[in-house]
Amino acid sequence: MSRLVLMLSCLLLAPWAAAADLAVFAERLHTQAGAPLDKGVVLIRGGKIAAVGRQGEVALPAGIRTLQAAVVTPGLIDARTVVGLSGYMNQPHDQDQLEASAPMQPQLRAVDAYNARERLVGWLRELGVTTLHTGHGPGALISGQTMVVKTWGNNVEEVMVKPAAMVAAHLGPGAFGAENRSPGTRAAQIALFRQQLIKAGEYRDKQSNRKADARPARDLELETLVEVLEGRLPLLITAHREQDLRSALRLREEFAIRIVLDGAAEAYLMTDAIAAAGVPVLLHPPMARQFGELENASFTTAKVLHEAGIPFALQSGFEGYVPKTRVILWEAAIAAAYGLPFEQALGSITSQAAAILGIAGRVGTIEVGKDGDLALFDGDPFEYTSQVTEVVIEGEPTGAGS
Amino acid sequence: MRILIFAALCAATFQADAQERPIAFVGATLVPIEGEVIENGTLLVQSGRIVAIGAAVDIPANAERRPVEGRLILPGLVDTHSHIGQVAGADMSGPIQPDVRALDAINVRHAGMLKARAGGITTVNIMPGSGHLLSGQTVYMKLREGNSIEDLAIRLDDGSLAGGIKMANGTNPLRPTPFPGTRGKSAALMRAHLVSAQEYCAKVADRKLAADKRPARNLGLEAMCEALDGRRIVHHHTHRHDDVVTVLRLAREFDLRVVLHHVSEAGYVAREIADAGAMASIIHVDSPGGKLEAMHLLPDNGARLAQAGVLFAYHTDDPVTDSRLFLRSAAMGVRYGLDRDTALASLTLNGARMLDLEQRVGSLRPGKDADFVILDGDPLSVYTRVLETWIEGRQVFDLANPAHALFATGGYGAGRDSVATEVIQLEAVQ
Repeated sequence: MSRLVLMLSCLLLAPWAAAADLAVFAERLHTQAGAPLDKGVVLIRGGKIAAVGRQGEVALPAGIRTLQAAVVTPGLIDARTVVGLSGYMNQPHDQDQLEASAPMQPQLRAVDAYNARERLVGWLRELGVTTLHTGHGPGALISGQTMVVKTWGNNVEEVMVKPAAMVAAHLGPGAFGAENRSPGTRAAQIALFRQQLIKAGEYRDKQSNRKADARPARDLELETLVEVLEGRLPLLITAHREQDLRSALRLREEFAIRIVLDGAAEAYLMTDAIAAAGVPVLLHPPMARQFGELENASFTTAKVLHEAGIPFALQSGFEGYVPKTRVILWEAAIAAAYGLPFEQALGSITSQAAAILGIAGRVGTIEVGKDGDLALFDGDPFEYTSQVTEVVIEGEPTGAGS
Repeated sequence: MRILIFAALCAATFQADAQERPIAFVGATLVPIEGEVIENGTLLVQSGRIVAIGAAVDIPANAERRPVEGRLILPGLVDTHSHIGQVAGADMSGPIQPDVRALDAINVRHAGMLKARAGGITTVNIMPGSGHLLSGQTVYMKLREGNSIEDLAIRLDDGSLAGGIKMANGTNPLRPTPFPGTRGKSAALMRAHLVSAQEYCAKVADRKLAADKRPARNLGLEAMCEALDGRRIVHHHTHRHDDVVTVLRLAREFDLRVVLHHVSEAGYVAREIADAGAMASIIHVDSPGGKLEAMHLLPDNGARLAQAGVLFAYHTDDPVTDSRLFLRSAAMGVRYGLDRDTALASLTLNGARMLDLEQRVGSLRPGKDADFVILDGDPLSVYTRVLETWIEGRQVFDLANPAHALFATGGYGAGRDSVATEVIQLEAVQ
């Protein structure tokens, strides 16, 4: 009886919870944890990677399900997207990535707006993406929070990896207020930003008052910024122009906060400063349109960041029109074609992304104990004409490529 | 007569200006599009034209020899739909404006021109936008070096500048009055305009009509006469399958030569397009949606059209996709089921056919313009770079030249036009 209950409850859980064992054979296995293996195999049990090695050297249970592919990589990680909040129809009812009513709203949570069934989630999954860092987008000085989810599941609770990942901010004309509302200049943005962080610090100090009646009422907005001040939530700062990137570094220094640079089209002008600050970069998609704030963007920035020793990952970013999302597999391909070595290009959408997002304990490499998330290809993953033949999430084939 | 003299003058100018000394490109893999691939071949060009192509070509003693071993040469790419050059057409005064010419708006020093050369594009149809039922006359140009649109525009034998007509249906032209509010109204407005054009054109053509009975010259209807008699091809923006069929209906009623553009749902009506004898200029974008009409975008439109026997080409719709990555469009077509040969033709000769330029460009054939691209590998590989672009025997892009490479990869200043127009404007004010 108890076994029946257990079986039933397993069936009722998400598809991966009941995942049977799976062995994936690869002509070439890119683990992102050491050199690629020729004729490798990955054993996944209970949704987790149980063994990795050369074929014939890893003991496999009899009768195990198997998959094979020319090339196998870790499941891809989109290091910064709005997919799931920003829908593919691009109509007001499916655009929840930006609330324009006020310049700073850090209290807005991504979990409250994510549509796990959004078509673009499936589109990205079929192209190898297993993990998304998604949430509030660019367009406001502080637009809200981000989170990390898997791309396979029926609702946000099922797919959740990290409910609050970062607080999204944006410096530069892209985040000026509409219709002459403040902030209307770069200097006004920074003044507002600093004042709000100072206010959050004062709120934090008053909250720790020993007398309960001297403590201020809870304020969700300031509470979130206290998380930033305390270093528990990094500030994800979208900035493209060199002066905006420097403003971001200045904020970091003044408030001793953790920041991650987002976009960073002109980062190649100031690699020394970024490297000295030890700040990671979620670089714009190489194919992002090179005009406006990105008019000086380059296909070679990923290579330049790599050579400067700056930790970075690639992202699909935000698109306001067509295509409604970019695809990191194809963006990394352009970075690779313009000078970023293959393993680093793959790392920019797997292991490096996981490290910057603070989820490297679960995803990003093919190592024992990590989630059984894999992308299977019939050739060089970056070639236009290669196919994604299957995508495995927590040990379960998702049917991509069929 | 005046036209003839003008044409003769143009021809003379062209001859004097053209490259006289033959140039032989020796040792490359030649992909002529028409005909078999030639390994270790020679391409001989002179006076702006292709003189010979083959495995064994007699190279004149006075020829400049350019070794290109290990390279691959394709015909110059033909982009059938682009918005480079800061092009603009119709204004918001009305939905149908055939009198408006794209050529009157183009900045030939726009950064987009330099980037397109870096992508191997040599011939381009520059179009006004799709926010109108008819947004104006398009202009076909070569991306030659030049100081004016006249230097770049392609001339017909009569000396006139070549171009088509841009039309659109679906949601983009739906706007407040005087624009249409529904698809039915869109079609009705367009039909009414075409009917009045037919009447105008008939009167103009009627030699028996007394001079005082002839209609006053109407620039818009004049252009429509060229569309009605097939000299001006209609380039028709359309996405949804039902909108595609509406275009085919319009083309049948008025006997228009139509190229369908974008055609997100082409695959659903490939047979209908084939039966109508229409051509399709399609785009590859990396995900569906972004606008309601692209919700059902089929990534395998290329394969489906090819299977149905439709003549189709890719376009960039720059800035929707980047001219520097135009080769990628066809490669993505192959990813989604298209064969390689058709993919390469869809970047070159097929596009030339859509512009009535297949006698001059689109393949490597003796007598055709010496427009070609030198690549360092497989045209459909992400790792392949455009090394050089040549138009009419002149090099217009060289990746080894840092000033050109900036526009090929991007970087500080790559968004800036080749002459800083703000400086010119400042001087004009003084």
